[in-house]
Amino acid sequence: MKLTDTEVRYVAGLANLRLSDEEVSRMSHDLGEILTHIEQLNELDTSNIEPMAQVLYPADETATLREDYPRAPLTNAEATANAPSSGAGYFKVPRVIER
Amino acid sequence: MSSASEIATLTIPKVREGLERKKFSAKELAEAALSMAESENPKTNAFLTFSPERARAAAARVDAAIAKGEYLGTLAGVPLGVKDVIVTKGLRTTCGSRILEKYIPPYDATAVYRLEEEGAVVIGKLNCDEFAMGSSNENSAFGPVRNPRALDRVPGGSSGGSAAAVAQGTAVVTIGSDTGGSIRQPASFCGVVGVTPTYGRVSRYGLVAFASSLDHIGPFGRTVEDAATVLRAMAGRDDMDSTSAFAPVDDYHALMRHPVRGLKVGLPKEYFEGLNAETGTVIDAAIKKLGSLGCELREVSLPHTKYALSCYYIVATAEASSNLARYDGVRYTIREDGATLSDMYRDTRGCGFGAEVKRRIMLGTYVLSAGYYDAYYRKAQQVRTLIARDFSEAFEEVDALVTPVSPFPAFKIGEKVDDPLKMYLSDVYTLTGDLAGVPCMSVPCGESPEGLPIGLQIFTKHFDEATMFRIAHNYEQSMKS
Repeated sequence: MKLTDTEVRYVAGLANLRLSDEEVSRMSHDLGEILTHIEQLNELDTSNIEPMAQVLYPADETATLREDYPRAPLTNAEATANAPSSGAGYFKVPRVIER
Repeated sequence: MSSASEIATLTIPKVREGLERKKFSAKELAEAALSMAESENPKTNAFLTFSPERARAAAARVDAAIAKGEYLGTLAGVPLGVKDVIVTKGLRTTCGSRILEKYIPPYDATAVYRLEEEGAVVIGKLNCDEFAMGSSNENSAFGPVRNPRALDRVPGGSSGGSAAAVAQGTAVVTIGSDTGGSIRQPASFCGVVGVTPTYGRVSRYGLVAFASSLDHIGPFGRTVEDAATVLRAMAGRDDMDSTSAFAPVDDYHALMRHPVRGLKVGLPKEYFEGLNAETGTVIDAAIKKLGSLGCELREVSLPHTKYALSCYYIVATAEASSNLARYDGVRYTIREDGATLSDMYRDTRGCGFGAEVKRRIMLGTYVLSAGYYDAYYRKAQQVRTLIARDFSEAFEEVDALVTPVSPFPAFKIGEKVDDPLKMYLSDVYTLTGDLAGVPCMSVPCGESPEGLPIGLQIFTKHFDEATMFRIAHNYEQSMKS
């Protein structure tokens, strides 16, 4: 299994990751190696196996529903406190639409 | 409470005894622990941030309760370190990443909240691999942690700081997180007790998400009893995490004291292949010891073990690629300026994430991308069913499974850093526990000829931490005499 640099750049685009040329060639080698290892799963016939998402403790279907009561949420100031750019209660990002 | 060696050997019962007999106040202990941790930290780099104000406030609450003769929590006055992927209100939480270098969370994780309610004194935040992705702590943006038992070696990962602090003596107990072995492997490398409870046993609210279906919070301690005390204080249903379980939390302390005579302990043969010979010798001796304590030993098979690594690296990276999408330069402190919104996202993430995190985001994005979902993610989830089924079938025959934690003891810093696949193989015996979601732990069981700690891994049925602690505690006590 080998990934081309073009495929790596395409996936990096999907993941919103800027990669340098050096990172791209390193990535195509490393991912290729891991994907080759992963191919061993094809040895297993799983056609009648249910996929497992997580461990569940048996409980009523509605057990996770909690009472709906008002609680104080984070304040606007708390929610935006870590933002690199904010103002008037909003997160600020580079201009998306020209006026 | 002045000498460093006194602090370095404290346990939860010794803290309680010291407070009750007025040998020291909670404040004196907190000050001594903080100053010792700060002065010793340069040796290992286990702590990233200290929290003196928070520690003093917690200690003052404990001292006030003592003065009034009020109820003292099970962790009253106990110096606690918290892995830096678990959020703490007002206290910097970096996840070992540049992208969160300045992040100050606006809330506390449920686990931290519950431990502080029991009187624990948070003294600081612990180094780890970036976003808990790694097996050696070399992926931290803030430098590797050194193993206190051999400073040129790794402490294991990803909870390397959590294991190292307990081994070094700079915290009495710590908490970490485990997604593929990140508690048990560093515990075994540093010679301390580390516990990965059943999935859902401890709320994940406030644990920065890596792979949501595999992430666990768990304790480290110098004794089985200390680890059990911390787990009990954190465990139980939490409305803020709908995957946290309603399962009742047992009285681990009473149950762990029952003898182990007659317990059926399985030895899965797949875990003894490819084992380094020196580790094998130590593990064999530990198994013989369990036999001499009256455990009935029998060989069992978990036939899908060899598929765990492949299964894990699909499920974990797929979930990670989606969980880490939120670090986009909008809400979390770091932003690289770009001409367009899309450039800003890409540059922020390209500069902010380290190599291993990028590799896993890429792999996860690839396996989830159009046309590959069934071939990879769905396939891996089906294999996960087979791996979990191996465990449930084995538990029809035996009460517990015992194996090595890692095929080898702590390796040298830099030794495996250039070969991701080789690094991933150091988790080959621990990944299955997370995939199956069963409780598992590492308990120290000896040393290699070079003096490097080796851990014994114990697995039990879902929500049966009590039997796991019972075996570990009986074994630990038998090694003292």
